[in-house]
Amino acid sequence: MSDVLKVPTMAEFMAQGKQPEVLFWVGCAGSFDDRAKKITKAFVKLLNKANVEFAVLGTEESCTGDPAKRSGNEFLFQMQAVTNIEVLNAYEIKKIVTACPHCFNTLKNEYPSLGGNYEVVHHTQLLKSLLDDGRLSIEGGKFKGKRITFHDPCYLGRANNVYEAPRELIKKLDAELVEMKNCKRNGLCCGAGGAQMFKESEKGDKEINVERTEQAMETTPDIIAAGCPFCNTMMTDGIKVKEKETEIAVMDIAELIATAQDL
Amino acid sequence: MDYLPNILFAIALIIGLGYFTKNIKKLRRNIKLGQDVDVSNNKSQRWKNMAMIALGQSKMVRRPVAGFLHVIVYVGFVVINIEVLEIIIDGLFGTHRIFSGIGSLYGILIGSFEILALLVFVAVIVFWIRRNIIKLKRFWKAEMTSWPKNDANYILYFEMVLMTLFLVMNATDIHFQDMASGNVVSQFISPWFSSLSEHTIHLVERSAWWLHILGIMVFLNYLYFSKHLHILLAFPNTYYGSLKAKGELNNLESVTKEVMLMMDPNADPFAAPAEGAEEEEPSKFGASDVQDLNWVQLLNAYTCTECGRCTSECPANQTGKKLSPRKIMMDTRDRLEEVGNNIDSNKGVFKEDGKQLLDDYITKEELWACTSCNACVEACPVSINPMSIILEMRRYLVMEQSAAPTELNNMMTNIENNGAPWPYNQMDRLNWKEE
Repeated sequence: MSDVLKVPTMAEFMAQGKQPEVLFWVGCAGSFDDRAKKITKAFVKLLNKANVEFAVLGTEESCTGDPAKRSGNEFLFQMQAVTNIEVLNAYEIKKIVTACPHCFNTLKNEYPSLGGNYEVVHHTQLLKSLLDDGRLSIEGGKFKGKRITFHDPCYLGRANNVYEAPRELIKKLDAELVEMKNCKRNGLCCGAGGAQMFKESEKGDKEINVERTEQAMETTPDIIAAGCPFCNTMMTDGIKVKEKETEIAVMDIAELIATAQDL
Repeated sequence: MDYLPNILFAIALIIGLGYFTKNIKKLRRNIKLGQDVDVSNNKSQRWKNMAMIALGQSKMVRRPVAGFLHVIVYVGFVVINIEVLEIIIDGLFGTHRIFSGIGSLYGILIGSFEILALLVFVAVIVFWIRRNIIKLKRFWKAEMTSWPKNDANYILYFEMVLMTLFLVMNATDIHFQDMASGNVVSQFISPWFSSLSEHTIHLVERSAWWLHILGIMVFLNYLYFSKHLHILLAFPNTYYGSLKAKGELNNLESVTKEVMLMMDPNADPFAAPAEGAEEEEPSKFGASDVQDLNWVQLLNAYTCTECGRCTSECPANQTGKKLSPRKIMMDTRDRLEEVGNNIDSNKGVFKEDGKQLLDDYITKEELWACTSCNACVEACPVSINPMSIILEMRRYLVMEQSAAPTELNNMMTNIENNGAPWPYNQMDRLNWKEE
């Protein structure tokens, strides 16, 4: 499959004196985490299919600094931010898409005051606009009648009020979108935010991801849809704790659409 | 001697308002102990937020039962207080129901006050039942120790008593009952007193009238010591609340200066400060005590009415961790009060007391349990942001004390060394393409 993936870098675009439509900010999880890499590839397949002229930074990309900032390390965050902004501005980047809500939030909200002003969209928003423009079409046969529940990532939903784009994509799959009791602005965190992903949780009587997985299971879904690589990990782990791996799949929206397209 | 009641009334009014003003000044002084923050932008949006969230109760009604009951009490409070104006004029000048001359409108007004008073009374009883009989979980969390619980109940008792006095005052006002206009509720209470002599009924009426207005004065002065301050502070608090996307955390300007200097190849690290430049005090990063927080965060703390919606939505709290966003606000207020009292008893200067907000009030365990999910911020009906305080304290722990949990230090070392939270080489960032 890998030979069909077209993933040009900004350096290559620059060498040809061209600008891409959009920069795909892959993010650390999307670059290194085995599960998240599948999301990255699914999204790239969709971009290729829709003939979107995009580029990645490749080895010039670095952590946005989100986990450092939320841990309280403002120095490290700003060092990362300023370095990234130098690279992005040198390439005269105007528009960025990312499949990670944490990168999305940081690039969109926290970079401007440090000199990085870009139009930043989440991959579900870009996919939605590709559909609206007719550049991409979804055939839902594969997911017809499947029950899909969407877990709102905090940094996409509450933090930035993006609730509808992912849901509209799911509806396009002919699937039955079932909402959890706590959804949209009341969505419960998966437990990974605020740098919790990288540490053990404090003493309590339950793990947050298990609590959230239980809420998702109340909707008796076939698939839990996610829009964040970290939520994806947390929910997948939750399903494992509940020993439901054979019944419930955790998939990113990009993966759902790519699967529907047989990509 | 005829003027004795008027003089007594004036004295009561002066003492009541005077003590209240004194405490409001103290409140302002305490809030101003916080760091300055610029909230002068986008005034129209700020007014709109205040109108919608505080005046319009838009976030209260997201929980329909509590929201509905609260709207009754809120509307009742605002509307019935119009009557206080008449009471004050009557009290000062020895008149009786000075506005009753305005005709049928008076009956309509008092009639609506009476209906509202009854509704408030019922709503407050339901509130009391929710707290003390049904024992809703959020009212019984760990931080709800004896004072917060008592405070909440005292407020409810106050309201029950004030509403009762108001209705009794009307029911025993023979002149008012004879007018038969506006006594919508009190006409049914009036017969309870009919066996008494006219003189006794008048005595009951006077007692109820005096107790009602004195009760209001006492309640007004109770506010400063109580969570009930929200009835005043909800308005400025929603005005000064954040207008940014919830996900946006502020970038520390003091850090930006240093980072820019570090990144500037032309900067001379050994350069002497420019001639005449003031010796800048080395800034402290983050917050270990209340004075390190900004004044809006301190206003937040005084505004909190301990309803616990934040805590009930908090994923960490829901799964049994020690973190409770409400406790963050309560601790901030308690410490701020302590600092304020310290200043008062030391002739206006804070004397080091060996205590601080961090550790003595808020533990590291609480701070590190936060997922920064913003559920608490979303839940607050009056735009309080507990998460911003947690972040400031984490900043202090990391940047001043290097006291992050080991795993987080590892994560940050990785970002520093190879630009990712995990120990992967930056040069391998595009390897996924070939896999």
